[in-house]
Amino acid sequence: MFIPLDDLAARIPDGALVALPPDNSLTPSALARALARRGVRGLRLVGVPVSGYATDLLIGAGCVAELDTSAVTLGEAGGAPRFLAALAAGEIVLRDATCPAMHTRLQAAEKGVPFIPMRGVLGSDLLAHRPDWTVIDNPFSPTRDPILLLPALAPDIGIFHAAMADDEGNLWVGRRRELATLAHASKRVLVTAERRVAGNLLADEKLAPGVISGTYVEAVALAPRGAWPIGLLDEYPTDAEHLLAYARAARTREGFAAYLAEHVAPAIAAAAE
Amino acid sequence: MTPTPEERLAVALVRLILDPAAPPARHIAVGAASPIPAAACWLVKLSGHPVRLSLLHREEANPFSEGTCELFDLTAQGRIDLFFLGGGQIDGTANINLLGTGDWPAAGTPFGGVRFPGSFGSAFMYMMTPRTILFREEHSPRVLVPRVDWISAPGVSPPEVFRRGTAQALLTGRCVFRFDSARARFALDSVHPGETLASIRAATGFDFDAPDTVPETPAPTEDELGLLRGPVAAEMRATYPGFCARVWGAA
Repeated sequence: MFIPLDDLAARIPDGALVALPPDNSLTPSALARALARRGVRGLRLVGVPVSGYATDLLIGAGCVAELDTSAVTLGEAGGAPRFLAALAAGEIVLRDATCPAMHTRLQAAEKGVPFIPMRGVLGSDLLAHRPDWTVIDNPFSPTRDPILLLPALAPDIGIFHAAMADDEGNLWVGRRRELATLAHASKRVLVTAERRVAGNLLADEKLAPGVISGTYVEAVALAPRGAWPIGLLDEYPTDAEHLLAYARAARTREGFAAYLAEHVAPAIAAAAE
Repeated sequence: MTPTPEERLAVALVRLILDPAAPPARHIAVGAASPIPAAACWLVKLSGHPVRLSLLHREEANPFSEGTCELFDLTAQGRIDLFFLGGGQIDGTANINLLGTGDWPAAGTPFGGVRFPGSFGSAFMYMMTPRTILFREEHSPRVLVPRVDWISAPGVSPPEVFRRGTAQALLTGRCVFRFDSARARFALDSVHPGETLASIRAATGFDFDAPDTVPETPAPTEDELGLLRGPVAAEMRATYPGFCARVWGAA
């Protein structure tokens, strides 16, 4: 169950459909850096429901072919520079979505149904650019009632950074229940954890409601401060200064390469010197 | 006390939130990166109006226990009465664009437009919430356009399309527009100090209605300024430290 971080990254193959949370919800930053280090290619990323630092880093490192998301942003640090550069150069396929569609599609996969209806969106240009979404007439309505149908979304791999993991692979994510949906919907779950705890998290009535069962989890890598520079719940805050420095550096290809050398692949950089 | 521009905007939002002609606002949700709407909502609540506030960005005592999907589930059921949206572009029929400008991006083809962050939940929230207040400080022909390049969420829908509401109003750094959904058209409601009908026309890319005499947006009262600078600022400092320091100084 517990394996080293780089071994975890090695289990994510080129071209995989990988879903991950954004910068407010147990971001797998350390795993994203490990993936960049190992040079994975052609990932199809899904933002649950939007995308931030980890996605921008992977795009900059050339790991990403496609992105399905409702927004890409570094929050207070501004736009996501490597995403914007890749989009301007036509280097990635972008599928624009809207937040509830992401949750709803994962919920359909969680329930094992092939599609699911959702209100709203009709009249949005999103729809015109989503050939995988369709509109039907509500079969239960006596009057005309067009409604959006979304296909279920079962990612090949769900990744995030749990606050705790126990010997059984049970993960504690607190109130971030969208990650439970992500775990239930994904074919495989490969996560990092801030710390390993002895015993069984599900044995504690107070902790159990915030637990994702180890049933869904393939492997865990311990990664202390594994969300950094993003914050982790009430444990540590976002490193706003670092994110601003990243946003500045990543404006250029050279600046991003320097960032990678310093923060992502120091071993490789040192070997090259 | 002289109000700051941010305080004027927050109080203009309070007037819109409490508008007796609009559907009731018992439960208001405020999205990320919206300090002025958040300040307005706190002012409403701390003035003694019974309202439930769900501030998405709040770290401590975040209102949701079922993950980020809970806001959308609440809204889908009609349990959120009022939400705030903005846009990189907003047009005269209240369409909003959070996607970008130029041609739609296509892999293999360089993209020459401007990309905004993305639609977030707007394509859903705008249609499922009974009331939306559109808020964008920048009021220029670049933002308020005749027609948005891309529609993240439409201002109006055909009658057969289920939606609970649309824009009640659009507040900018220069004025308040009311939105008439039956006519799909904005009307100038009031101008902020220093603005005139002519200056608003010059800064607005879309056509709109206007009364013969345009009133000035009411200024904050001393009581409102006292609340904003005291208890409202205290509630907001943890979530919006940069904003609070800029507008109200160090705690």
